[in-house]
Amino acid sequence: MFDFILSKYNYWIYIILMMIGFYAMIGKKNLVKKIIGINIFQTAIILFFVSTAAKRGGTLPIVEHAHSQAIHHIHAASYVNPLPHVLMLTAIVVMVSTLGVALAIVIAIYRRYNTLEEDEILEQRK
Amino acid sequence: MTLQSPVLVVVIPLIFAFLTLLFGWWRRGLCYPITLVAVSLSFLASLHTLHTVITTGTIHYWLGNWEPPWGIEYVVDHLNAFVLVIVSFVSLVVAISSKRSVEQELPEKIVYFYCVFLLQVAGLLGIVVTGDMFNLYVFLEIASLAGYALIAIGEDGAPFASFNYLIFGTIGACFYLLGVGYLYVSTGSLNMADLFQILPDLYQSKVVLVAFAFFMVGVGLKMALFPLHVWLPDAYTYAPSAVSALLAPLMTKVGAYVMIRIMFTVFKPQFCIELIPVTTILGWMAAGAILFGAVMALAQTDLKRMLAYILVSEVGYIALGVGLANRAGLTGAILHILNDSFMMLALFLVVGAIMYRSGKREISELRYLHRRMPFTMAAFVIAALSVIGIPPTCGFFSKWYLILGAIDASQWVFVAVLLVSSLLNVILFFRVIEHAYLEPDEEHAGGGSELAITIEEAPLSMLVPILIATAGIMVFGVLSGKIISTIIQFAVPASF
Amino acid sequence: METIESIRPLLAVVVTLIGALLIIFTGERHRNLREFWTILVSVLKFVIVISMVPFVLKGRILEYTIISLMQGVSLQFRVDQFGLFFGVLASALWIATSVYSIGYVRGLNEHAQTRYFFNFALCLSATMGIAFAGNLLTLFIFYEILTVSTYPLVAHKETEDAIMGGRKYLAYTLIAGVVILFAIIFIYTLTGTLEFKPGGFLLGRGQSATLIFLFVLLILGFGVKAALMPMQEWLPTAMVAPTPVSALLHAVAVVKAGVFGCLRIILYVFGPELLHNLDLWLILAYFAAFTVIVSGMYALAQDNLKRRLAFSTINNLAIIVMGAALLTPSAITGSIFHMGSHGFMKITLFFVAGAIYVKTHKENISELDGLGRQMPLTMGAFAIGAMGVAGTPPICGFISKWYLAMGCLEAKQVIFLLVLLISALMDVAYFFPIIYNSFFKTPKEAINPYFDEAPAMMVVPLVITAVISLILGIFPNAFFHFFSIASMAAAKILGGM
Repeated sequence: MFDFILSKYNYWIYIILMMIGFYAMIGKKNLVKKIIGINIFQTAIILFFVSTAAKRGGTLPIVEHAHSQAIHHIHAASYVNPLPHVLMLTAIVVMVSTLGVALAIVIAIYRRYNTLEEDEILEQRK
Repeated sequence: MTLQSPVLVVVIPLIFAFLTLLFGWWRRGLCYPITLVAVSLSFLASLHTLHTVITTGTIHYWLGNWEPPWGIEYVVDHLNAFVLVIVSFVSLVVAISSKRSVEQELPEKIVYFYCVFLLQVAGLLGIVVTGDMFNLYVFLEIASLAGYALIAIGEDGAPFASFNYLIFGTIGACFYLLGVGYLYVSTGSLNMADLFQILPDLYQSKVVLVAFAFFMVGVGLKMALFPLHVWLPDAYTYAPSAVSALLAPLMTKVGAYVMIRIMFTVFKPQFCIELIPVTTILGWMAAGAILFGAVMALAQTDLKRMLAYILVSEVGYIALGVGLANRAGLTGAILHILNDSFMMLALFLVVGAIMYRSGKREISELRYLHRRMPFTMAAFVIAALSVIGIPPTCGFFSKWYLILGAIDASQWVFVAVLLVSSLLNVILFFRVIEHAYLEPDEEHAGGGSELAITIEEAPLSMLVPILIATAGIMVFGVLSGKIISTIIQFAVPASF
Repeated sequence: METIESIRPLLAVVVTLIGALLIIFTGERHRNLREFWTILVSVLKFVIVISMVPFVLKGRILEYTIISLMQGVSLQFRVDQFGLFFGVLASALWIATSVYSIGYVRGLNEHAQTRYFFNFALCLSATMGIAFAGNLLTLFIFYEILTVSTYPLVAHKETEDAIMGGRKYLAYTLIAGVVILFAIIFIYTLTGTLEFKPGGFLLGRGQSATLIFLFVLLILGFGVKAALMPMQEWLPTAMVAPTPVSALLHAVAVVKAGVFGCLRIILYVFGPELLHNLDLWLILAYFAAFTVIVSGMYALAQDNLKRRLAFSTINNLAIIVMGAALLTPSAITGSIFHMGSHGFMKITLFFVAGAIYVKTHKENISELDGLGRQMPLTMGAFAIGAMGVAGTPPICGFISKWYLAMGCLEAKQVIFLLVLLISALMDVAYFFPIIYNSFFKTPKEAINPYFDEAPAMMVVPLVITAVISLILGIFPNAFFHFFSIASMAAAKILGGM
């Protein structure tokens, strides 16, 4: 039982983080807290991806002097998987863009309603 | 150059988005022509792509000449090419009509509007054309973010609606990303065709099953399938006219396309029908969507909001076609992608024209509209007839195939749902038509004296797109046999 | 049976479409030009339709395929005898109605005249499409177009009643459309084709229960427009439309299209053999007979002239369906011919009702006393039409009733002969008093005792249709072999080619 949890601790961490973020997105009333929730949610996913790239005993996935000398066989097992890292760079960019758009929208909302609480906004909109 | 047409479709709007920003800062009036040029070129490229696919078969385009599955591949088959042409054409029509309404509704933001507009178009086209799962996520987010921004610059209530959409949309996209991640973890590949080869051995794996579940929910959120449609009515009601005219026909259909891709091109059809009864669940959700959308639309007094709920209903039709899981049903679903795009385009353009001229959107305010805007209202009537399903408009033919598919699958409840929804749509639309066309008797008690109401028709730049959309509705109906035999027949997976 | 490819059916449909567009672009400002378009297009249409008669008489079929809609079904026109009969009837009567309409709307100074003529033209295009349709799908497409284009005509007056009448009309016909659509798609799954064949194409294509179910659905669906009971309620309510609308639509276009559809189903989709196997013919005949009797009784109770005429229409339509259901040569011939003869006679009667309204603003029968002296031409035409509906020789109604009676005897079902006789007696009972009162009773209020008819544009058409009814009675083959076409159609169906 403990073995099950301990050996897959990365997944557990990401799930817990994801749930925290998800709850914040939906359960919190303050708009900025929702945005923070989005951030946590997306960060959890990014962490998940990155954690799947790790290998025991793996090193940085950079091949030295690759152009100057002939390449011998590369033991993939000794390098950490670079692909998820690359994908997550893109995902981080997406996350930041989403953050930017969300904050811009929140500024517009604040200018109009003068509050950032969802229930107060709904009151004003009636 | 022509060999590059699959990628040009996406790249041109992307580059021109930045050109618009640059030139727009220099001179505002240049934005509109540059946008038109960009979308027209994109449309031409998509036409060329379709033509190539029809004549020579599926196109495989390797970005940067890197071989898949290591490189990103654009795969264009019949389904792809079809949706590509639809998306680019609808974007072109909306771009043409956007000039006046943008000038009226968003005068200070014209430059930014057209820049984000082009980004949105690029995103939508990218989703359709790509053959790589993660690439799809990137374009999905480009389209979504552009959408959030475009919607948020609308009228009062738009930023809040857009924020809601943002929350839902982000959940959807993140679920999709999770699905991609799970698939990558279990297979090591991101390429759709590659996954199709690798996955069948892994169908029993829980990881793959959960990945599929994430995909379905994520895409369901994006395409506003009941009960995940909650963001749609507010978002499309408060958005600026040109934005709802662009997003309503396209965003949901592209979402439906992604769903079809995942279900039938990445996962085998047998997976979705037998292993997990996804198609059954989908069918029932779709039936719910059809009825729910129609009933909610009945309760609306705002014309645009009514149309938004009808859109929810229309998405239900497409999902129902997929859920029937037979050839006729899928044919109906794919045909409905075309038909519904044009119907929604026409309807939202009409509402945009009405807003432009009168600033009012309530159904009760539509009196005398058939005198002030005769062509616009005529277009509305034709689009309404298409939604109801009266031949020879295009809506009838997709309904025909859907009902045929339901009878083939012996799903009598779905047949009843389809028929009843036609009747509900009759009530919906004839309510509006009665308000717009028929005047109470008191006003012409004198008999024969036409009230002095001048024609104040929509400006040409808005009227011509409306007429193009309406012409499309009438023509595609009669041509549906040809369309099916040349394109859709091959777009439906062969095992059906 | 040769099939010739010819564009004429398409031309017949399209000519009024072009007319409709011309009308709407000419508009109210150039009234006379607009009226000119209406009349020109109607005459052209008639000429095109007549040009097809020689071919059809020789037993050929004119065909034109526009485009393939799906596997096995195209948007196709096929002019056979039955279709041509309906086409000739509709286009001939439309010329009369066009002239009459112009007189009517100008006489009453109606509003929205352009919309009126536009929808009229569209409606006739749709009727031609129905007449010449080669398969169920084409028929259905034009059927729905007919529904949509007649709605604005029914709701034309835009009063509370008119809007309600329009809604009721739409509700009945669109629900019927949905039912028909389901049945058509089902037939498509059974057979993969929807083409009409004389003698039917459904024999042996499905289980009995399924076929019976489909037959019931289709008759109910088409029966709405054909005003079979219990789906007839929309017709009396639709009398709120202007009289030319009632005349054309409810004597010719809409209801005859409904009956045409029913007959197509009975004779060209299911066919005599299948219906005999399923014993459905007798049930349908009883069903129709019920409508005949009950509608006659309703008619007796009406005081409003148009409503009485509406129930008389329901009566006659049911007679047509009853005749077709008997499935014998004379019965089918009589049934088809009655479509034509009733069309001419009923349109005369409705024209009279409209003329009376325009001239005197009277709507009820009780007010018509002594009108015959003021409007002898009008009431004389009424007399001819009414006596013809009752089946009096030498008016054409007699010929169709004679053949129907013979058909009952051929089918060895005397009860339907009784039904026919009873309905004839009821016809006399509710028409004769009108004629008697108008000519022989003293008027209740002061009426101009001298010749003072409605405007000429209204009187001329109604006199012409009355005279045609008379001529057709004496020489059934007078106009373009009207009768031969009907009997050829019957022979073809029963010959089962």
